[in-house]
Amino acid sequence: MSVDTATGLDTFPRLLALNARIRGGKPASREKDYGIWQTWTWAEVAEEVRALACGLAALGFRRGDRLAIIGDNRPHLYWAMPAAQAVGGVPVPVYQDSVAEEMQYVLEHAECRFALVENQEQVDKLLEIKDRLPALETVIYHFPRGMRHYTQPFLHLYAKVQEQGREFDAAHAGFYEAEVAKGAGADLAVMLYTSGTTGRPKGVMLSFDNIIQTARNAAQWEGLTEDDEMLAYLPMAWVGDHIFSVGQAYTTGFCVACPESAETVLQDLREIGPTYFFAPPRIFENILTTVMIRIEDAASWKQRMFHYFMAVAGRVGGDILDGKPVPFLDRVKYKLGEFLVYGPLKNVLGLTRMHLGYTAGEAIGPDIFDFYRSLGLNLKQLYGSTEASVFITIQPNGDIRSDSVGVPAPGVEIRVADNGEVMFKSPGVFQAYYKNDAATAETKTPDGWVHTGDAGFLDADGHLKIIDRAKDVGRLTDGTLFAPKYLENKLKFFPFVSEAVTFGNGRDYVAAFINMDLEAVGNWAERRGLAYTGYTDLAGRPEVLELIADCVDKVNADLAQDDKLAGSQIRRFLILHKELDADDGELTRTRKVRRTVVAERYGDLIAALYSDRDHCEVTATVTFEDGRTDTIHADLKIRDAKVVPPGAARAAA
Amino acid sequence: MPDGTQPPTGRVVGDVIMKVENVSLSFGGVRALDNVSFDVREHEILAIIGPNGAGKSSMLNCINGFYHPQEGAITYKGKRRDTAKTFEAAEEGIARTFQNIALFKGMSTLDNIMTGRGLKMKKNLLWQALYYGPALKEELEHRAKAEEVIDFLEIEAIRKTPVGRLPYGLQKRVELGRALAAEPDLLLLDEPMAGMNHEEKEDMVRYILDVNDEFGTTIVLIEHDMSVVMDISDRVVVLDYGKKLADGTPDEVKRNQDVIDAYLGVSHD
Repeated sequence: MSVDTATGLDTFPRLLALNARIRGGKPASREKDYGIWQTWTWAEVAEEVRALACGLAALGFRRGDRLAIIGDNRPHLYWAMPAAQAVGGVPVPVYQDSVAEEMQYVLEHAECRFALVENQEQVDKLLEIKDRLPALETVIYHFPRGMRHYTQPFLHLYAKVQEQGREFDAAHAGFYEAEVAKGAGADLAVMLYTSGTTGRPKGVMLSFDNIIQTARNAAQWEGLTEDDEMLAYLPMAWVGDHIFSVGQAYTTGFCVACPESAETVLQDLREIGPTYFFAPPRIFENILTTVMIRIEDAASWKQRMFHYFMAVAGRVGGDILDGKPVPFLDRVKYKLGEFLVYGPLKNVLGLTRMHLGYTAGEAIGPDIFDFYRSLGLNLKQLYGSTEASVFITIQPNGDIRSDSVGVPAPGVEIRVADNGEVMFKSPGVFQAYYKNDAATAETKTPDGWVHTGDAGFLDADGHLKIIDRAKDVGRLTDGTLFAPKYLENKLKFFPFVSEAVTFGNGRDYVAAFINMDLEAVGNWAERRGLAYTGYTDLAGRPEVLELIADCVDKVNADLAQDDKLAGSQIRRFLILHKELDADDGELTRTRKVRRTVVAERYGDLIAALYSDRDHCEVTATVTFEDGRTDTIHADLKIRDAKVVPPGAARAAA
Repeated sequence: MPDGTQPPTGRVVGDVIMKVENVSLSFGGVRALDNVSFDVREHEILAIIGPNGAGKSSMLNCINGFYHPQEGAITYKGKRRDTAKTFEAAEEGIARTFQNIALFKGMSTLDNIMTGRGLKMKKNLLWQALYYGPALKEELEHRAKAEEVIDFLEIEAIRKTPVGRLPYGLQKRVELGRALAAEPDLLLLDEPMAGMNHEEKEDMVRYILDVNDEFGTTIVLIEHDMSVVMDISDRVVVLDYGKKLADGTPDEVKRNQDVIDAYLGVSHD
């Protein structure tokens, strides 16, 4: 029996009652309305939820019914979740920007009888597909604006439903308490549909135990308290938002603020000053770019001051945050920098109070990651999935490694399958995919291990490194793991390298094609007084070959530190005479390399890489943007890279 | 439709709120308006159309007291007002926007909209400077009203942005916001969609219809985009060389031979 069951705090309606009792006067939800932040305390939220739950019951919402929730992050929509759960229902948050057809699929699949939506826009979408959704009976909307002329009898105003609920509550004393008492931790708490980039969306079923235990474990590990505050601006249908803004908010009792509108998030961030913040790498990148552009416009003395202190921060900021020893003089400089640069900068960004920040979803560039950490912001990467109720691994405080996603989160076990695929088992492991047993059986083993589909390994200190999608990972002839994406990303983190393609599956060693970055290398060449006529010319220069060789050597040295990957160091490489281009079909429109096309088109070059020749002549057809074609002749040099023996690297490092 | 997806429009066009009778206006030898008469009814959207120099803007300027016609009478809510001053027009609930945006470029969106509340502020300058007690209370009330307008026009994200930095379409929206802040009964819009791209036009049309629908505001607008005019107006007045050519529903006007000859330019069949 878990702690939660023992204390009877195993569902959100019960946690809400507890929060209303022990921290009733503390803020629970905030929203900016007519330009002013409105706050609801836990006691007020409990009252709102109770009224809504009773209102739902009055409208005929029964135990086991599903309530679709559609809209931007709004306190009123968040309250609908415990309200539905209180009377035995299951909330199904839906991505608010989905078009009507996508929405139809989810509502149909989840068999929603009730939908609770934000505004006229969402009501219109539902009306459009209402004919095709025979199960949908009742639609509740929150904002009355523009709804005056909607006369359909199945449309109900949120406030009216609550009013009805209060009457119902008065007439049926004890109803709400009795309904809440019927819930149990093992019950289905929520259904979250995966965004469905591959195939149809799948409805991930999570129980109260899944969410509450996972959220509580992670919150305790990170030291979150009721005094924390976060800004909920990512879609409510996304598992991360559900765990942070509902799971952790209810288990620790902190306050969740909702932005005024999607366009005002950065302003709201500054006004709220969250202490706990999540953002995908893209957002951190955008903020950094904005900062850099604004600094370019600043007075020159300010620019000098900024760059000087950012250099100091880059050198010692991360170590200070990790609690590592730092020379006294650097500490003094960092303090001064905090006063002059870092403090004001964090204030402008709204991150002054942030003591915990997460990023996840894709690899974050080390420059971007280090920038925030050097400012003293405890930004960490985590690795998770909907099937795990988010947390699989988290980077631990004081031991951040930019190439790993951290150590297993509390309560999570990790093992690496024979094919290199990462598997996990945790209290957060989902119950099943709704009405899709085939997919459930594919993903989850009978004894509760879940396939992530990602290949990776645990290093000597127990840090998990994710290297690639499992299906893309191959092996060299001697059996060494070969993860093309991992190597290519490592190469691409150098500004001189714009694109890289590695080969090795079923080969004796790893070889690489490299595209240099014309802007970065061109700039470098200019400063060196190196004249060139164009891409092909510059790419063929021996100096450039040396420059890129240096990058490859560094990647190899890095790989040598890993026992598992040391064997997949890059032995030979060449710099391509042209940039891989979507117009030539070598990249997809989203700029991902089409491996098969590249391998076919440059078969000669690959053959040369796996021979002992030191150059290879090539003739290629290029397509210009206006559709004309031309041929390029080039003689590409092939260079051996320095391979570091595994033992030596560790000694040197 | 029986299931109600096509909602019936809620507003009901009421009685005549303003009467324009035989108005003539000359600048020296130029006769800008020549014996023009029409009615404006409560809660309706009335469009004034006509070629360049037809006297459309002059007509609006007469209505809100910027020009005073030499002949004829303008009666608003039962009162003669052809000699009224502009601020009197504003006090009586007539607000307008301009053909060329007339905002305070250096001030924020919010401050610009607050200027629309100016006439409603009753405390004198000294009180306002003190910003205490009753003056503070008054300021808060007006700010609340301004925020309602911001919410209505969905311009929260630019609340604190200086207006001069905004794109043209948004500036037009802010100008509409300032007019709305005065809580007008009669709203005069001088080419609200001029120079806008298609999307901005659609937005503006929606806001104009919303204003009319939500607040029952009577709207007189000048517009050149015929598809917009025919779509949203209840009635159309056509001016040409200062004279009224026609007046009626969009359909009647479209079929009127004089209007076709002078303005719409559709060939005879």
